Amino acid sequence: MRHIISLLLENEPGALSRVVGLFSQRNYNIESLTVAPTEDPTLSRLTLTTIGHDETIEQITKNLNKLVEVVKLVDLSESSHIERELMLVKIKATGAQRAEVKRTTDIFRGQIVDVTSSVYTVQLAGTSDKLDSFIQAVGTSSILETVRSGVTGIARGDKVLSV
Amino acid sequence: MELLSGAEMIVRFLRDEGVKHIYGYPGGALLHVYDALFKEPEVSHILVRHEQAATHMADGYARATGKAGVVLVTSGPGATNAITGIATAYMDSIPMVVLSGQVPSTSVGTDAFQETDMIGISRPIVKHSFMIKHPSEIPEVLKKAFYLAESGRPGPVVVDIPKDMTTPGEKYEYTHPQKAKLRSYSPALRGHSGQIRKASEMLLAAKRPVIYAGGGVILGGASAALTELAQQLTAPVTNTLMGLGSYPGSDRQFVGMLGMHGSYTANLAMHHADVILAVGARFDDRVVNSAAKFCPSAKIIHIDIDPASISKTIKADVPIVGPVDSVLAEMVATLKDIGEAPSKEAVAAWWKQIEEWRGERGLFPYEKGDGSVIKPQTVIETLSQVTGGNAFVSSDVGQHQMFAAQYYRFNKPNRWINSGGLGTMGFGFPAAMGVKLNFPDQDVACVTGEGSIQMNIQELSTCMQYGLAVKIVNLNNGALGMVRQWQDMNYSSRHSHSYMESLPDFVKLAEAYGHVGMRITDLKDLQPMMAEAFAMKDRLVFLDIAVDISEHVYPMQIKDGSMRDMWLSKTERT
Repeated sequence: MRHIISLLLENEPGALSRVVGLFSQRNYNIESLTVAPTEDPTLSRLTLTTIGHDETIEQITKNLNKLVEVVKLVDLSESSHIERELMLVKIKATGAQRAEVKRTTDIFRGQIVDVTSSVYTVQLAGTSDKLDSFIQAVGTSSILETVRSGVTGIARGDKVLSV
Repeated sequence: MELLSGAEMIVRFLRDEGVKHIYGYPGGALLHVYDALFKEPEVSHILVRHEQAATHMADGYARATGKAGVVLVTSGPGATNAITGIATAYMDSIPMVVLSGQVPSTSVGTDAFQETDMIGISRPIVKHSFMIKHPSEIPEVLKKAFYLAESGRPGPVVVDIPKDMTTPGEKYEYTHPQKAKLRSYSPALRGHSGQIRKASEMLLAAKRPVIYAGGGVILGGASAALTELAQQLTAPVTNTLMGLGSYPGSDRQFVGMLGMHGSYTANLAMHHADVILAVGARFDDRVVNSAAKFCPSAKIIHIDIDPASISKTIKADVPIVGPVDSVLAEMVATLKDIGEAPSKEAVAAWWKQIEEWRGERGLFPYEKGDGSVIKPQTVIETLSQVTGGNAFVSSDVGQHQMFAAQYYRFNKPNRWINSGGLGTMGFGFPAAMGVKLNFPDQDVACVTGEGSIQMNIQELSTCMQYGLAVKIVNLNNGALGMVRQWQDMNYSSRHSHSYMESLPDFVKLAEAYGHVGMRITDLKDLQPMMAEAFAMKDRLVFLDIAVDISEHVYPMQIKDGSMRDMWLSKTERT
């Protein structure tokens, strides 16, 4: 099953390499990873998605917690949460295709953030599934380039991950 | 407040932390530190002949005392030579602080002379690591390093020190920090009382309980509590390779080491157990054999300080995360509080069965032969007898290690010094040196083989310099015994690269370094010559003992089987 694991990490050099190193060292799998400092500059928030059996996920969270620089950890997928991924995608936009791309972008509530005579650059945020669906709807043959941020997420309701 | 340079701070910190000995080798990146060390009489530095030996010396000290051993190595090759020793300590959860020199911070990343990314290379084999970013942070970082190394599940910590952090002229305020502050690190201080009660009740109701105790009991200083609990329950106790000595080896309730080369009794008791109390042990693959077939009728109680050890390979029914000493003490108190003892009939029936397994011939029977060749097992039995079972015994890796584990009776914790997890050949001799340096009045023996001893034999020179009167017990069969055993059993005796042509004359070699060498080829000389060697209190004696090349280590579990599937000799199996 796919899990979204969210960490508060000491914002120190080398901390990220320990997280990533742990995954390769123990043969775990990272689907996506995103990291940036928080409002408290001594902390970074890292979100990673991984796929594995429950026992594997349990070992992953335990071993992440063992890393000295990991301050707090939550498996977001264990309870109700919001997940978002940002995608920028360059799409061929010529002839009849130009209007079609615009319509599809509107349906997916994306925005065209850059325009040339032959290319639209679309910005789209949502779950990974939604981004996949957009790519499918547009068709890979007209896509020139995509860049995705990886998944970030936050728990619903009053629950917070803080020190 | 005093003003000190970074180099002076390192040395002063070590003194203030109570460190008596450090083990190392100088080099360019560390010259400022070595200069500061020259002026500090209270911290003595042991100059090894190879950095790997420095780490093993520190490791031996740590295993014997529970305190972090301190290593000082220079950048580049100094640091990489320390890696095997760091990995050895990591695998066995041994507290160690490794101070590595680094090129100046302004040169880091430029492929400078003797530069290597020590933080990167050591990352998977350390509990944590630091790079010094400013000289003023040295005391605080070192305090954290010692705290991390020694607390919770212990392990090695690397502190990488760029040369410009130690510049003599740049002085900063120094105080010895009282405590390390780490908001993101808080090892469990006690176990969950509800779980401890549940476990206690489960043990009381058990008909065939087994206590399976590992190295964590020794690291956690919990031998006394374990012994009390075992006696309260009248339960059999088995030890892992790392746990030997955590329960008195001569006690009747001790059924020997378990696992790949464990006793028939221990492995059968485990297989038939209904409740297994695992304490400070990690269900290593050399213990469980096939995880799918492991102890089919057993409920598992697992006590460990490290949550990640629990349910890693074998699912625990009652997990208890906490320091083993306090958890075991609370369990003893809970049992007293419940006020019941295990059913007398169940205890009697279980022990009747165990005694049947143990039989008349003891835990590790072997064919003594006609005396024309010396059996390696006999050498260890003789060592056990000559030293009264009280010596510190280190070992290298291979058949001799298993024979030492099987035939030496360890009655005290912290006396058996061996590389269990990583299985590092070359570990035993420097580890023994680290012990001897700190316990000069005690017998320290290194059980080794002609393969392993040559992996750090240069340390004979260090022993001469510091008067380290270690006794080397070399089980010389002229072959890499364990490799050869596997080749005999699984590769139709094709002995590919498992024998040693052109072995040195170890007696002359020992003498060349200024020590005493003895060659023993006749069984009747074994006991008297060994006694003579141990009587030479202030000399290193190299006992080169010719032993039977055809001997295998038994029992030996059969791959992919259960705990009870074993070869018992070359021809019998369970």
